[in-house]
Order: sequence, then structure tokens, then C-alpha cells
Amino acid sequence: MVLKALFFYLFAAVTVASAFMVISARNPVHSVLFLILAFINAAGLFLLVGAEFLAMILVVVYVGAVAVLFLFVVMMLDVDFVELRQGFLQYLPIGSVLGAVLLVELLMVLGGWAIDPGLVGKGAVPITATGSNIEQIGTVLYTKYVFFFQASGLVLLVAMVGAIVLTLRHKEGVRRQDISRQVARGPASSIEVVSVETGKGL
Amino acid sequence: MNDLLSNYLPIAVFIGVAAVIGLALLIAPFAVAYKSPDPEKLSAYECGFNAFDDARMKFDVRFYLVSILFIIFDLEVAFLFPWATVFGDIGWFGFWSMMVFLGVLTIGFVYEWKKGALEWD
Amino acid sequence: MALPALSPALPEILLAVGAMALLMFGAFAGEKSSRTVSFGAMGLIAVAFLMLLVAPKYGTTFSGAYVLDPFARLMKLLALAGSGFAILMSLDFARREKFDRFEYPVLILLATVGMMVMISANDLISLYLGLELQSLALYVIAAIDRDNVRSTEAGLKYFVLGALSSGMLLYGASLTYGFTGHTDFAGIAAALKAHGSSLGIVFGIVFVLAGLAFKISAVPFHMWTPDVYEGAPTPVTTFFAGAPKIAAAALMVRVVIDGYGPIAKDWQQIVVFISIASMVLGAFAAIGQRNIKRLMAYSSIGHMGYALVGLAAGTQQGVESVILYVAIYLAMTLGTFACILAMRRKDGPVEDIGELAGLSRTSPVLAFLLAMLMFSLAGIPVLAGFFAKLYVFMAAVKAGLLGLAIVGALASVVGAFYYLRVIKIMYFDEPKPAFEPMPLELKVVLGLSGLFVLGYVLIANPIGTAATTAAASLF
Repeated sequence: MVLKALFFYLFAAVTVASAFMVISARNPVHSVLFLILAFINAAGLFLLVGAEFLAMILVVVYVGAVAVLFLFVVMMLDVDFVELRQGFLQYLPIGSVLGAVLLVELLMVLGGWAIDPGLVGKGAVPITATGSNIEQIGTVLYTKYVFFFQASGLVLLVAMVGAIVLTLRHKEGVRRQDISRQVARGPASSIEVVSVETGKGL
Repeated sequence: MNDLLSNYLPIAVFIGVAAVIGLALLIAPFAVAYKSPDPEKLSAYECGFNAFDDARMKFDVRFYLVSILFIIFDLEVAFLFPWATVFGDIGWFGFWSMMVFLGVLTIGFVYEWKKGALEWD
Repeated sequence: MALPALSPALPEILLAVGAMALLMFGAFAGEKSSRTVSFGAMGLIAVAFLMLLVAPKYGTTFSGAYVLDPFARLMKLLALAGSGFAILMSLDFARREKFDRFEYPVLILLATVGMMVMISANDLISLYLGLELQSLALYVIAAIDRDNVRSTEAGLKYFVLGALSSGMLLYGASLTYGFTGHTDFAGIAAALKAHGSSLGIVFGIVFVLAGLAFKISAVPFHMWTPDVYEGAPTPVTTFFAGAPKIAAAALMVRVVIDGYGPIAKDWQQIVVFISIASMVLGAFAAIGQRNIKRLMAYSSIGHMGYALVGLAAGTQQGVESVILYVAIYLAMTLGTFACILAMRRKDGPVEDIGELAGLSRTSPVLAFLLAMLMFSLAGIPVLAGFFAKLYVFMAAVKAGLLGLAIVGALASVVGAFYYLRVIKIMYFDEPKPAFEPMPLELKVVLGLSGLFVLGYVLIANPIGTAATTAAASLF
């Protein structure tokens, strides 16, 4: 139990520290790298509560893909972040007051945690003792929660269409290789036999 | 729950060793290496020219498009893992629900292909 | 496991499959197909509308995550009408402004599926998924005129703030789940009945309501509305002003009544605050507006505030008044946007209110109908908008919220000023050159809307009965 608590504090502290670095790092690329660190430690926290599958998905999807996307975006924007940060100090007082208010409120929520202990761990789909984490998700996701599953498929479809609608542009006048046309080409369509009269030229 | 932690012991050991080696290689030069910095030695070397501009420049938006399409299919594959582990238990209904899901995304894929989003001009 | 009953969700399935078929058709037929795709999308919406109108299959399915009751049916009919008319009204604009991309109607269809999922959501997860499906499509639609700086700015603003509000909603949903142990509304209500309120659940409600208030553009989450309304192409604004508001309002009603019903005292205060703030801001901020789309944005903020007056009552009569309010609002807003779309001269569309000057002499019918719509939006008696306000204020008074009703009445007096100013410009200012002739489909929409607004007294009875049955199904 002590070991578990130790790991929890390790992961939580690194997550919070790197999240702070995300917003305070000078170089936006460093921000993204700190974000990756935060993701990995969040995955560690998931592991500690027993959500192994979610932890691995967090690493695969967020660290592997989303962070790369963020890097692209940061590089694509080419914003002068130093200039952008000029107003930072100006807004610091009001920002920190708002942050403090939120923090106090959250502490109040934690203090107000008064729920029937019988509810804890019951959940909508209680975890059974047998089978691994991923199996437990699998048994309900595709059958009991099929509606949510299909709806998320539609959300992904909209994301795909949206990304293409908003960003895809074709350059004018690019000549593309059309392999099927090349293969289908026969002598009839590519060779022209011309009888040239003597002395006239073509 | 300590059972879970002991499962991950190899990974913890691995990360620990990696961190120690990485940090050692990073810190050792500070202690061991010679240092005599000089502005000319520290400036970026670009074939004898002075550096033209910043190394950071605008990326084409197409990189972004490719990576967002990648994320979408990455998520699709993430949904396949739990399905594969319980494939035997969820029966035909589970099978077809995944097929419908894949069908929806295949439609998106065909759309992408027809629009030429997979081509790099 | 057996196949869950699909019949309650059949219209949604039809729309989703149809949207994918149209996407394929458009991809293979190329950009020229946008008109065909638009008509296909309208056809699908019409079929779904008829399915719900003629033979609704009431019931709960997908393990209780999805419900079709008379309330959901009525709201879905309204949302479908809003989407269908929005596509119809974009046809002429699309042809003239090189706006004809076949993805536009497909995205509207997918957004409509999202709205229907929202309206039928009986679980926090389906609530979120429906909301995301709808919002994601709306973000793209807002920025669809991607070479126009204003349109892309509108899309980006909407996206950033929308993502923030989705985050708040999720946070609230997870607090709710943590404190009650349930994600389905019935389970949440049962747990709240058994254990009562607690600080954590109150925070959950606050965050969930904040997320939803963003979607219906209620104060203090309204900042995006004027910019998005102004920046997006006018047909897109037409769509934004109608169907998504209906869906989000329906979702809000269902969450607070079905889910958080047992602790009504806690959310009532929040709804009262949002409602007062929206009514007052909508009334005062619209006064200085020159752009008619911005004016409509503030008007919609105000109207959502009035609709929430009914919800704040929290009674069956209150819900009934919300349904009637959003229905009448939809009719008025579609008609007004038909007029705005008709504001076009040879060199393109105009959006300034001053351009309406002397409209009564250049095109008297248009001016008369727009004046009626403005009177109705202001809530002048015997027009539809008056009854809408009457219903919500009566519900509020019955529930003991006299102060709220008084504030609402005062705000509507202030609000009447800017609606009347439009009428004054149309009738008493020096005429500007006439607009281009109005295309047929806009005439039809404007005519229907004008008839509804003028003749509401005659049809108030059947509509009221429908709203009563719909509201009764929630209690």
C-alpha cells in the first residue's frame, strides 16, 4: 500500500509540474514535450487505479498521435510566442484570482464528499473479479453499449469529413501518374501511323 | 492491487535504469568535458554562411491533414483491441457491431481516397 | 446478446445511412452534384419527419440509453423542420455565391442525427456523444467558407469555446457519475431521491448546465454568438439559429427534469440566473447593433433567456411553455432569416440594417411580413411571439417566480425598442434601391412563417394540445 501511495504521489507530482511547464515554457515545442510527459504520467495514474487498457490507449493515441499533431500545429502556426506572452503579466493577477477561486471551490467539493459508501465502486457496470481490464471493456462495449460505439464511429466520420473539407486543397496544374491508364494503354491509342508524302515532311 | 504493481515491476525497473543511464550521460560531460565557449563556436554553422533565418518556418497544412487522418484511424484500431480479446464471448452481434463500425469508417476512407486527400500533389 | 430494438431510433438510422450514401454519391459525382445532394438530404429529412409524425414507435432502447417519448418526438419534429428549411434556404445562396459544396448538406444531415441523439438522450454518455456529433459538424459548417477570413474566424472561435464548454460538461458529468454512481438519468434521479443533494452534485449540475448554456448561447456563455452569426455565411447562420438551439434546449429540459428532478431547488437558481442575465443582455446589447445578423444574434440570446423562464418554473406547465416557446421561436427566426437572405443587390448580399430603409415602398409585401415578424419577436399581442412570452411568464408566476416574470416583462419592453427601430427604418426612412427579386423557396418559407405568426391564434389549440402531451411524458 505504501508503495502504491508512493507511486501515486510520484505520478501526480510530475503530472502537475509538467502541466505547469506546458503553460510556462518559453518555447512552444518544449510545451508540447512537457505535455507528452504529462500524458505519460496520467497513464501511470490510470494504471494505479487498475484501468490498464485506458492507460495503454492514452500512451498509444495521445503520446503517439495527438502529441505529433500538436507538434505539427505548433510548427505550422509560426507564431511569435514571446510577443504573444506580452500580455501574460498584465492578466496574471486576475487569472490567478480566478484560479484560486476555482481551487477553493474544488477543495470544497472534496470536503463535501458525503456519499453513501455503498455506492462507491458500484458504478454502471461493476468490475468483476475475473478477466482482465480489456476483456471487461470488450464484453460490454460492443453489445450492451453498441449505441455509444456506433455513435462514436459517426463522430469519427464527421471528423474525417471536416478535416478534409477545411484543409484539403489541390494545387493547380499538377500532373499525376494514373497507373491504371498507363497499364490499359494499347498500341491503338498511343501509336499513330502516318504516311508521309515524299518531300513534304510531317 | 500490489499484485498489479508487481506485474509492472519490470517496466518500473526498465524506466529506472533508462533514466539513470540517460541522466548520467547528460550530466557527466558537465563534470568531465573541456569547456571553452566562444560566440563563433556556438553559432549555428550553415555551410559557411551566416544563418539566413529562424529554423522554424511555416509547415504546409497537408502535414496536419495527414496526421489528423492518422489519428482517426489510430482510434479506430484502438477499438479493435478489446473486440479481439473477447471475440469468442460476444457472439455474432458483437461481430456485426464491429463490422458496422468499420463500415462507417470505410465510407470515410473511400471519401478520402476519392477526394484525393491521400495524394501528395 | 440479442439485437436491441431499433424501431425507436429508425429515423436516426435512416438519416445516418442516408448521409453516408449521399457522401459517397457526392464523392463519386464530383462538385457538380451539390444540388442533387441537397435535394437528397431534404428528401431524407422529409421521410424522417413523416416517420415521426405518422407512426412514432415510442419506447426505450439500447439498455435505456435512448428514449423516444412524445416530448422527444415533438422536439425532433421541430429540429428536423429547422434543418430541412435551412438546407432549402441555402439553395439560392449556394448557386450565387459559389458556396456549392456537397459536404454542406451532408454535414447538416450528420448534425441533425446528433441533434436527434441529444433529444433522445437518456444517459450522460449518449448526451455527450450526441452533443459532440452535432457540435463537430457545426464547427466545420461555420468555417465552410474557408477562403473568407470572417468565416474561418467564426469557425475557430466557435470551436475553441465549444471545446471548452464540452470539457466543462464532461467534468460535470463525471462529478455526477462519481456522486450518484449512475450515468442514466433514471438512475441519477433515483440516487438523488435516496441520498439527497450534496455539494459535489451541485458542482456537477453547475458544470453540466454551463456546458449546455453554451450550446443555447445563454449568458454568460454567449460571447461566441454575435461573431459566429456575423462571420458565418448567412444560410449557415440560418441553420445555427434554428435546429441546434431546439436540440440543446430539449436536452437541457430532459437533463434537469429527468435527471436532476429530485433536487429541483438546486438547479432552479442557476436557471433563473442564466435566464435573467440572457434576457437583460439580449435586450440591451442589441440596441447599438448595425448589422442585422448581429442583431439577430442578440435577439436569439434574449429569446433563449425567455425560454428558460419556463424551465426555471420546473413544472409540467413550465416544460409545456418551453416547448411552445422554442416552436414559435423557430418559426419566427426562419421567417426573419428568409428576409435577411432576400437582402441582396446586384453586387452581392447586404447585411446592414440601414439597407432596409424604405423597404415598404420598394417591396411592400416583404416589408409587411418582416414588420409582422419583428412585432412578433418583440411580443406584440395577438401575434405568435406574444403568446410564447405569455405562456412562459404564466408558468413562472404559477410556480411562484413572480420576480422572474417581472424582469422578463421589463426586458421585453426594452427589447421591443430595437425591433421597432427596424420597422421604423423600413417604413419611414428615405428608400434605398430595391433588392433583387426573392427566389421562390424563400418566398415559401417567409409565407409559411408569416402565416404562422399572424394566424397563431387560430391554431393555438392543436399546438397547445401537442405540447401538453409532450410535456406530460416527462412527468
